[in-house]
Amino acid sequence: MISAGPSPLADPAGEHLPRRGRQDSSRPPPATIVVPAVLIGLAMLLPIAYLLIRGAGATTEAWELLFRFRTLHIIGRTSLLVLIVTGFSVLLAVPIAWLTTRSDLPFRRVWSVLTAMPLVVPTFVGAFLFVSVLGPRGVLQQILEPLGVERLPDIYGLPGATLVLVLLSYPYILLTVKSAFQGLDPALEESARTLGHGRLSTAFRVTLPQLRPAIISGSLLVALYTLSEFGAVSLMRYPTFTWVIYQQYQTAFDRSIAGVLSLALVGMALAIVLLDAYTRGRLRYHRTGSGASRRTEIVRLGRWKWPALAFVGVVVALALGIPAGVLLHWLVRGVLAGEPLLLLWSATVNSLVVSGAAAVVAAVCSIPIAVMVVRHPGRLSHLLERMSFTGFALPGIVVALALVFFAVNYARPVYQTVWLLVFAYVVLFLPAALGATRAALLKVSPSLEDAARSLGRTPAQTMRAVTAPLIAPGIVMGAALVFLIAMKELPATLILGPLGFDTLATAVWSASTEAFFAQAAAPALLLIVISSIPMAFLVTREFGASTSSGSDGS
Amino acid sequence: MRTLLVTVTTWIFVTVALAAAVACGGRPESSRPAATSQPAPTPEPQIIEVASKPGSLVVYSGRSESLVGPIIEQFREVTGIDVSTKYGSTGEIAATILEEGNNSPADVFFAQDPGGLGAVAQAGMFSALPGDVTSLVPDWAQSPAGLWIGISARARTLVYNTDSLTEEDLPASIFDLTDPKWKGRLGWAPTNGSFQAMVTAMRVLWGDDKTTDWLEGIKANEPGIYPKNTPQVAAAATGEIDIGLVNHYYLHRFLQEEGDAFGARNYHPTAGGPGSLVMVAGAGILKTSPNRDNAKKFLKFMLSTVGQQYFAGQTYEYPLVEGVKTNRLLTPIEEINKPDVDMADLADLEGTQRLLRELGILE
Repeated sequence: MISAGPSPLADPAGEHLPRRGRQDSSRPPPATIVVPAVLIGLAMLLPIAYLLIRGAGATTEAWELLFRFRTLHIIGRTSLLVLIVTGFSVLLAVPIAWLTTRSDLPFRRVWSVLTAMPLVVPTFVGAFLFVSVLGPRGVLQQILEPLGVERLPDIYGLPGATLVLVLLSYPYILLTVKSAFQGLDPALEESARTLGHGRLSTAFRVTLPQLRPAIISGSLLVALYTLSEFGAVSLMRYPTFTWVIYQQYQTAFDRSIAGVLSLALVGMALAIVLLDAYTRGRLRYHRTGSGASRRTEIVRLGRWKWPALAFVGVVVALALGIPAGVLLHWLVRGVLAGEPLLLLWSATVNSLVVSGAAAVVAAVCSIPIAVMVVRHPGRLSHLLERMSFTGFALPGIVVALALVFFAVNYARPVYQTVWLLVFAYVVLFLPAALGATRAALLKVSPSLEDAARSLGRTPAQTMRAVTAPLIAPGIVMGAALVFLIAMKELPATLILGPLGFDTLATAVWSASTEAFFAQAAAPALLLIVISSIPMAFLVTREFGASTSSGSDGS
Repeated sequence: MRTLLVTVTTWIFVTVALAAAVACGGRPESSRPAATSQPAPTPEPQIIEVASKPGSLVVYSGRSESLVGPIIEQFREVTGIDVSTKYGSTGEIAATILEEGNNSPADVFFAQDPGGLGAVAQAGMFSALPGDVTSLVPDWAQSPAGLWIGISARARTLVYNTDSLTEEDLPASIFDLTDPKWKGRLGWAPTNGSFQAMVTAMRVLWGDDKTTDWLEGIKANEPGIYPKNTPQVAAAATGEIDIGLVNHYYLHRFLQEEGDAFGARNYHPTAGGPGSLVMVAGAGILKTSPNRDNAKKFLKFMLSTVGQQYFAGQTYEYPLVEGVKTNRLLTPIEEINKPDVDMADLADLEGTQRLLRELGILE
């Protein structure tokens, strides 16, 4: 049977050690899969098509600027940041994932939710909050002042940008790795132990290799996110490619130069995606035998309990405590100063509706592409997969302007409707859903589908009756992730939203950008709290599943 | 599965409770703390004609809703015109308008700085404003061809930390900030539109050579580089920097939020020059506007006593129309040694950016 364990979010969650397998490409994909997959792939290409149009319209001076801008220098800086942020995120995420799934860490469920929550803090306000606490003369320095600390070391530059981006994006890896942990077949580790491997040796030789695909797919999201991020790098004074592109839009008002630079950014993104494809390799993860669906042993931490608690405590205090604390401070100060109360229902409802719709559409769109990639690998499938990843790596403003261009000229009726905004979210965030769906599908043995077909079911019937129910949890998890990211999206929401349309994220931006801090605090806190619902769902779902598959949890 | 249900239900409950309790933070229109001065303005019946069919208006605003939302709402209430607004940063909105081209649904572009207006004007997308609008503000505060018009004014200023400095310590001209004694104590925002406008004014007033000397001198003093004004004012207050080069009104927002204990104040260089430049936020009407009459009404309303008093009282800006009093918390505009520069002189943004790039100040 197929795994009773959960872990659809993770790429892999292999029940067996990954190994090279025969690709099942004997049957050509049915049109019901190819046509939607290609259409979705073409939609994903819109931003690039737009950039080519803008690039073609650029003067030779714009192209020369690409070189005068010390482009190589910026590529170097950007790559360095991507590398370091991804590396540290892995170092933070993997131990936390282990502690919150496989150890007897006290209040494990609480930590499980809290450690994933930083994902919902928008970086455009998060970075400002970090500076106000950890800056050279921030809140922390004021606390330390009686001890003679006049000034904290500068956090600006690479260290600050790394700190903010790691703290706010390591949950991408955390979530995928946690899922993978829960899907591991305990029999493998037990065999290793029986064969004389120590705990450490088992961890490095058996457990980590199985986690590798999960780590890679989470890292891909972190890397591409770092590439497209603007808020943190600008406030932390670390010019990256996206930072330079924004500068063109914000102060030079030059869309051609921005277009040329964005094309170079697309190149970087493709390099990262190819690197991912290369490291992932052509592995097979579905179980071929029956396997064990027992719950894995919970490791007793013993005296390591306290360092472990301190570790997750510090991470949560930094990544969630600092932003939430400063926001609460702003809010209380505002209320005490007599700021009027205002219900934020319309912004809240708007946020929920568009993010929810984007989550559903992205999840549905991920299915045909995932089926192509997993069941019918080939040149077309790889192309589709790669195209779908470019949106995640482009700055939101580029994707938004691309859709303005196409909608205003060729699809006027949808311009400035929520439909176009939802579409933009899908272009931007499809990779998050695709990763989860792909991982779920990888675990479904094609022989099940073959059996259904041999019993006379059509491909559509097989999809409905056999495949869909098995991959449903993965799809739902991908949808939840898209929902969380869409809730905090800013530039596309501002540019593509219908007239007069506000969301919690735009409300936070509108107030914080002009230093109305009390007004910014309410929607920001609300954004965090509301996002915690799907987050709690993501995390408790895992617990629910792991409990149902084995003995009762603690 | 039961635990899941319980957990999710609990979270939903907590969230709803919080949404009700936490959702504070009104717009400035509704009784901000009295600290903001200025009695509530009384509408002027003479300029407001409520048409039988007021029609509609689409405003693209590069100024944020927390700044201009209340006055736009007031315009809607008074005229009955159905106003829809799109908010964003000036750069985002300008790029959107340029991308929309002739299909733009916008009637009015309301921008934070002349740079954004200039970009749309240069694309030939603004129509000339009628004389009864352009006559409302002084010539220096509008485009020479009458394509856009200033609505409110803001001054460049030095924001300084009050623990380490007094006004006496501050130089009469910003040129003196190149003195090595300011090493490691300054902040600036080279990517900010207002900063670049100041450098453009510098090139007009001082010439390129002296401007280059100033830029290199400041650079040698290793200033903190900020993405925009707000974090710079915050940094000046905590003493992270001693002096920041900013626009004047951010300080007043902080004072309103944090009270008089806030550790920074503004200083307008007494010798004048580009360091005391006064700039405008303004608006223009798009050529393709289907609601020209309403767009005209909008500009006139913003330039009426009601509109101007709003900007003076609520956003701490300087009114551009004669007879409207400046907020008593601000340095009166007559006391600022404002250089003789027209907004039209600030058009060579490209030249300024080229210079900043050559000096390695911009990437």
